[in-house]
Amino acid sequence: MMVQTQKNIKVITGNYSVAEAARLARVKVVSAYPITPQTTIVEKLDEYIETGKMDAVMIRVESEHSALAAAYGAAAGGVRAFTATSSQGLLYMHEMVWWVANSRIPLVMAVGTRVLGPPWNIWDEHSDLLDQRDTGWLIAMAANNQEVLDMLIQMFRVTEDERVFLPGMVGLDAFILTHTSEPVDIPDQEIVDQFLPERKQPYIIEPGNPISMGNLPSTAVVHARLRYDMWKSMQNAKEVIRQTAREWEKLTGRFSGDLVECYRCENAKYFIVGMGAWTGDMKEAVDILRDNGYEVGLFRLRFVRPFPDEEVAKYLSNAKGVIVFDRAVSMGSGGPIFLDLGYRIRNVPVTDVIAGLGGEDVNFNMFSEVVKGLISEVEKEGEFKKLINFYIGGELQ
Amino acid sequence: MIRLQDLTKKKYLLPGNAACPGCPLNMGLRYVGMAFEDKTVLVVPAGCTSVIQGLMPKTGINMPLLNIAFAASPAAAAGLATALALRGKDAIVVSWAGDGGSADIGFASLSGAAERNDNIIHIVADNEAYMNTGIQRSSLTPFGAWTTTTVKGKQEQKKDLPLIMWAHKVPYIATASVGYPIDFIEKLKKAQQIKGFKYIHLHAPCPVGWRFDPGMTVEVAKLAVQTGMWILFEAENGKIRISPTSRPYANKKNRTPLEEYLKLQGRFEKVTPEMIKKMYEEIDNNWRILLELEEITSKI
Ligand SMILES: Cc1ncc(C[n+]2csc(CCOP(=O)(O)OP(=O)(O)O)c2C)c(N)n1
Ligand code: SF4
Repeated sequence: MMVQTQKNIKVITGNYSVAEAARLARVKVVSAYPITPQTTIVEKLDEYIETGKMDAVMIRVESEHSALAAAYGAAAGGVRAFTATSSQGLLYMHEMVWWVANSRIPLVMAVGTRVLGPPWNIWDEHSDLLDQRDTGWLIAMAANNQEVLDMLIQMFRVTEDERVFLPGMVGLDAFILTHTSEPVDIPDQEIVDQFLPERKQPYIIEPGNPISMGNLPSTAVVHARLRYDMWKSMQNAKEVIRQTAREWEKLTGRFSGDLVECYRCENAKYFIVGMGAWTGDMKEAVDILRDNGYEVGLFRLRFVRPFPDEEVAKYLSNAKGVIVFDRAVSMGSGGPIFLDLGYRIRNVPVTDVIAGLGGEDVNFNMFSEVVKGLISEVEKEGEFKKLINFYIGGELQ
Repeated sequence: MIRLQDLTKKKYLLPGNAACPGCPLNMGLRYVGMAFEDKTVLVVPAGCTSVIQGLMPKTGINMPLLNIAFAASPAAAAGLATALALRGKDAIVVSWAGDGGSADIGFASLSGAAERNDNIIHIVADNEAYMNTGIQRSSLTPFGAWTTTTVKGKQEQKKDLPLIMWAHKVPYIATASVGYPIDFIEKLKKAQQIKGFKYIHLHAPCPVGWRFDPGMTVEVAKLAVQTGMWILFEAENGKIRISPTSRPYANKKNRTPLEEYLKLQGRFEKVTPEMIKKMYEEIDNNWRILLELEEITSKI
């Protein structure tokens, strides 16, 4: 076994990190349609392919619906395929998102998470990504550009594992990651080749193999079983994700994995829950709060699908209070992460702060102030005052 | 000239599939299998062919088949063809879609694949309405035809999709009819030899939606050609050529009266004499345009 001994640090944007990952994973077909903030991913991949840096075919489709359809066709035909999109584009391909998952075809996509209009707005929100949470895709959310690369390469391996055989998407926040340069350690091709075995998939559509993929089910029970199998594969994926991270660590010397990162969770009584780039500010807030005597930790979701039940049980089930920050809202109900988490920790006081909507910036000071205030509610009453809060223009609503 | 007896006897369409009696799509699919044999790979969007396959885990179509969302068959076929080529497979990838899956919801995808010159054959199995959902109009439903969403007869013309596709400047365009299998198979075989995007528009009279006797599918299909309603032609690299089967009907005098075609079909039961007059005019116009184009493109 060869392991990475030297670092190869490049200062690149999140989008270039995505392109590097696709190149290193030896993707054979790329099919994508431009949309801010994803555009520079397509441009970079196009450049790689045109200049021979990547041995792949680019299908320059006329829409996102076709982008995922073409990537799906390629994946069903037995090669590693890749696409990337954002916001309106992700919703435009939503029908295909379901189609790919129900077909059990491994395929990887990057999503530059962005607000949905109207009004037109190109800034960061998690609404587009979280709108896909019922589809049957594995859904991960990166917190920095290194993680973008590591997550994507690992995602290929996880989705092509026969215990999983489901597609996967990796989110990266609009501009905060997609267009911001950070140092990224880029592994050698040989390392990634060792890590990613030959592509596996449940079936291939090819000449001489007269199967039909997707015709009507003979009974509802047959269909229900397929859905239940997907459910079980989602459950299997948890262990596969954990194992895959260990394999990656062996080869690259870098641990970058698991479903959750728990920051300063030792003997924490209160927990902040969040995902994506703004958890960087949440970490700073935790540091400040700790300095001020608050026993707070950050429970950062790396995956929302599958949802990290075991980690939730381990870290959060005895908490004195859990404060979820959602960068999206399910209108009329609550923030998506809060909704997922709430019923898993039924005896723990939990509250939701819906913030960062429309791309509003929330910095570490704001996080620490909000958290302080909410903790004081529990300290006084034993409960949070409200289930759902909105944080807009620097104020809790 | 292809002879039927020289073609494979292998059954690419299995008996007992779920098509209605007299189904034109069944015929078309069988001819595709006969033309491309084991090289065939089908990509099928929502429509009657989703049902014809029958129930999984079995299938009534003895060819590899990828079902796909309604709007997406040309794009999915493009991806699949790319993958199979990369893997060195000798495949002919056919995007087999209805009029809705081609001219309406699937039109952007079709136009995109054509403009990119993706190496696929797109076949429009044109039964002139959304049959799968119970006979609703499409942009390829002809003027005057009853459907459940044009109860007074369609007021608009049938969109000229073959010429729209011709304007995409693709290497091969053809129209065909289930009434003329040899002509269709010859066009398929020609398409097979050409790299890039191939478009074949197959006229497919549907007994259920058009309200005629299921024993009459071929008869109705032939009448569409003989009345001049449906013109068989090809365009190789833009050069339009009327197919020999249709050539005689360039001359009005050789055309069967349109009423012969209309009267077999319940969907035209309520057309008025004025509407028929308009239909005649439309046939003349279509011929005039195509003959002029044949003349002009012969010089390019
Ligand atoms: C996105 C979407 N919209 C609507 C439908 C419902 N639908 C299924 S088949 C069909 C009509 C198919 O018509 P056509 O393409 O002409 O094929 P045919 O059934 O006549 O063979 C419709 C509207 C669907 N499956 N998907
Ligand atoms: S409705 Fe028409 S096209 Fe559809 S299966 Fe029946 S006969 Fe065939």
